[in-house]
Amino acid sequence: MSKFVIIGNGVAAAGCIEGIRSVDSQSEITVISAEKHPVYSRPLISYYLEGKTTLEKMNYRGLDFYDKNNAELIYAAAEKIDVKKREVTFGGKKTKFDKLCLATGSSPFVPKMDGLESVKNKFTFMTMDDSLALEKVLKKDSRVLIVGAGLIGLKCAEGILERVSSVTVCDLADRVLSSILDSECAAVMQKHLESKGIRFLLSDSAESFDKNAAKMKRGETVEFDILVLAVGVRANVSLAKDAGADVNRGIIIDTKMQTTLENIYAAGDCTEGYDSSIGANRVLAILPNAYMQGFCAGVNMAGGDSSITNAIPMNSIGFFGLHCTSAGSYFADGEGEIFEQKTCGGIKRLYIKDNKLTGYIIIGDVTGAGIYTSLVREKTDLCDVDIDKLKKDATLAMFLPQTRRKKLGGVV
Amino acid sequence: MKRVYVNEQWCLGCHLCEYNCAFANSGLTDMVKALKDKPIYPRVHIEQSDDITYAVSCRHCKDPLCVKSCIAGAISIDDGVVKIDKNKCVGCLTCVLVCPYGAVRPGPTGAAQKCELCLENSCGEPACAAGCPNNAIVYEER
Repeated sequence: MSKFVIIGNGVAAAGCIEGIRSVDSQSEITVISAEKHPVYSRPLISYYLEGKTTLEKMNYRGLDFYDKNNAELIYAAAEKIDVKKREVTFGGKKTKFDKLCLATGSSPFVPKMDGLESVKNKFTFMTMDDSLALEKVLKKDSRVLIVGAGLIGLKCAEGILERVSSVTVCDLADRVLSSILDSECAAVMQKHLESKGIRFLLSDSAESFDKNAAKMKRGETVEFDILVLAVGVRANVSLAKDAGADVNRGIIIDTKMQTTLENIYAAGDCTEGYDSSIGANRVLAILPNAYMQGFCAGVNMAGGDSSITNAIPMNSIGFFGLHCTSAGSYFADGEGEIFEQKTCGGIKRLYIKDNKLTGYIIIGDVTGAGIYTSLVREKTDLCDVDIDKLKKDATLAMFLPQTRRKKLGGVV
Repeated sequence: MKRVYVNEQWCLGCHLCEYNCAFANSGLTDMVKALKDKPIYPRVHIEQSDDITYAVSCRHCKDPLCVKSCIAGAISIDDGVVKIDKNKCVGCLTCVLVCPYGAVRPGPTGAAQKCELCLENSCGEPACAAGCPNNAIVYEER
């Protein structure tokens, strides 16, 4: 019998619990959660505001999840890890562990901005509580300014657009969704968002605030009633750092999710793990990664053997009915072949280099996109793939007949 | 566990599997009412490569990426069968992003859908295999 402790209670923690239980049905599991909710699907907070889901449906697992997995859930903030004593302090109490998993997630990053303290209705958009707090102030005549045109800022914009009078989004970057889209695709998505009524101020940001007005770097003054700060997020690394673990932009983990400290693992948005698309460590703060890392950590904590060597950045995100999937890494013009196909209201761009699909973006009809994602993830040599068919559609027709027959004829 | 397998050398490309699938999952008892003059959303689809056609549907992977990747926790494995809870699904299509077979697609409401082997609809076993005129789709243990 071992004692497992998980700090954090998001999807990585849920993965960790399920990973542990796939190997060990007996040992004690304690989850220490700073948020006072059972595990919920964090990316759904914008869908909640849009009315596309409910608080109940946002539960990531059934309400019997902790009971069923014989895990104890404690609502408290972890304060300290004593590596030598193998002990976690929280709310004045202590608990021992044999193996520990840090699933501490990330927090919104709020840069220093002049006059920010004078703004009454200001929010970040990361948690269920953030979403509920924002919802309370939404009014039909509210003017909303969102700082940050990334995934969080734009999903927030989509979620609230119908519930307020106007939404303006600013970003220092020259395009929307700069972390996942290239310029060509960003332009397509921006045009679509503008057609729905969102106003953009790009290559621009709020320089200072005075109550209900933002003075922009490029000179304009934007008046607003509600301010949402979605500039970016930072991995929550302080517990790990204080305990002596190696930390960069996230907690450094190996391919088995172990930190540089013995008996201590980490998973999810708080980590910096191996990204096979660039062949280096990087923070890959995406939900699938959080679950898979958590599961992998859990298996290893419980004495099994698991590793992840093929994680890549990938995203599926839609706005007002226009879908977008992307994966892998992109390169500048001239470094390889960039295949582009314009479709009705959409675009597809494939990045092909050294006979591999290194990355892709599709906006519009994303049917079969996972076939492209698998080519990126598996680094499939395109020698065995019909390139013309690959460019045309994401279907299994691009593979050699024997490859396809194997895919469709066996147990996978 | 029994799964749907494809013998592409026997596939005629008749698309009957798509119609049988859409009908079996429509909840209606009249095929004409279920399918005529409507866009259909089958969970199996025919692809063509040169002169070969073949049906593609969920492989019910042993270690499915869609289950691990679903941002809503809406996809689960029930006795080996990979299922989507369409009430929980918000239609983000992360499952489409990760399925290496292109076997998950959005359904009529925007929620993702895929083959669930017809185990819970009126057909009771995969309608695509039951109705395939040339045994190009089979439902068996391998």
